[in-house]
Amino acid sequence: MIFVRTTSAEQTKALAAALAELARPGDLLLLAGDLGAGKTAFTQGYGAALGIDDLITSPTFTLVNSYEGRLELNHLDVYRLEALAEVLDLGVPEMLDEGGVTVIEWGDAVSPALPADYLEIRFSFTEGDDDERILELVPVGPRWAARTRAVATAVAPWIREDPTC
Amino acid sequence: MNRTRVLGIETSCDETAAAVVVDGHEVLSSVVSSQVDLHARFGGVVPEIASRAHVELLTPVVARALVEAGIDDDHVDAVAATVGPGLIGALLVGVSAAKTLALVWDVPFVAVNHLEAHLYAALLEDPELELPVVVLLVSGGHTLLVLMEGHGRYRILGSTIDDAAGEAFDKVARYLGLGYPGGPAIDAIAMEGDPEAIAFPRAIMDDGYDFSFSGLKTSVVNHVRKHPEVATEDVAASFQEAVVDVLVTKARRAARDHGAKGLCLAGGVAANSQLRERLLDACVTDGLRGFLPSRSMCTDNAAMVAAAGWYRLQSDGPSPLDTGASPNLRLVSP
Repeated sequence: MIFVRTTSAEQTKALAAALAELARPGDLLLLAGDLGAGKTAFTQGYGAALGIDDLITSPTFTLVNSYEGRLELNHLDVYRLEALAEVLDLGVPEMLDEGGVTVIEWGDAVSPALPADYLEIRFSFTEGDDDERILELVPVGPRWAARTRAVATAVAPWIREDPTC
Repeated sequence: MNRTRVLGIETSCDETAAAVVVDGHEVLSSVVSSQVDLHARFGGVVPEIASRAHVELLTPVVARALVEAGIDDDHVDAVAATVGPGLIGALLVGVSAAKTLALVWDVPFVAVNHLEAHLYAALLEDPELELPVVVLLVSGGHTLLVLMEGHGRYRILGSTIDDAAGEAFDKVARYLGLGYPGGPAIDAIAMEGDPEAIAFPRAIMDDGYDFSFSGLKTSVVNHVRKHPEVATEDVAASFQEAVVDVLVTKARRAARDHGAKGLCLAGGVAANSQLRERLLDACVTDGLRGFLPSRSMCTDNAAMVAAAGWYRLQSDGPSPLDTGASPNLRLVSP
């Protein structure tokens, strides 16, 4: 896994944009972390780098927002769903088959209901500055394991060697 | 002149509702079968539960709306239903039912935009409302400032760039352990707290008409993490104060800049008592006509759908029966 540190929402967006350079059709990203940790900011930066002009807003109410860009972006939020069966109804495998990139907020809670090949990004607050965040990038499954080095290279400017300090 | 009785049907989110309204303003009945109890234990709206409950509730809700209106089903002149935006499964229930009834009764079907219906909630209660007006539409899924220049003529002046205002209420309420729905929970507990206890940020307050509530939500989380002993009442009151402050400031600016005659509230968050009070104060100060729909018209209901449907029928005629549900429908086409 890779640990990175950002010190503002703008930096989180820039990091997401760097990761978007690696985007391939069918990619799945799971974003995990508390309320206010930067999941929607990440998706905004990621989508802008995919050439999406539309405003990317929170999908909490609508559950799924789709945007046209260089690749289609499906932005999901499963915050309100607590039963795995509800998540199955969203049809994530179908979205992946259609060739877009799918980003799911609060995805860690529902990972058993999702395909087992994704990049998980865990956001956490720090004891320091209010705007500082530690992001832990965890490649899961063969598709992402093969891209670990590329992911590390993309986010190199934000990498911190020792996640404990 | 004949009076046109429109049956309205609303199933876009967690309310199953039906109403009969004459000529866009005379409400004969308005039945809302709230599903809030079903959803409370999930902390939000669960789409599959919503769809199934709509299927079960819609027939009795429509029947009751007709009985309360005192009319037989062969005296309905048109059927209007919300076609979007909303949850796709939930929308389909109401749209399918409305088209079926329109076919069976051989009357026009009218597709209604849920956001437009919210705008008509104000006109429903005050048909003489002088245009143009600025409408502040605030709900769980939407935060919009709309200039309503005429019937069917809207301009979106601003919207949220991240979270909707109602969503911020729901998320902060859940974070504070206050339950669902979050708006009324925060409204109630905030009355016990000090709105100036914590100076939460007002995002993009001095510029334009757009809103941002994501940073405010983060601020609340940060504050509670750092001060676990803080009184929940004070957090709720200060958070609500920050939201209301931004909403009212921008609504006033929009009304002043566009020469609006009045300012209207719409959407579920319009039921918030602090927002209502502050908006009315602002209208008095600025010499604007302030219009606050009654609380039952602010939250999702079918009377506003029937009213918007009547105006739509006058301007555009019936909608085609192959009109589908549109979960991402916008108020104004880009």
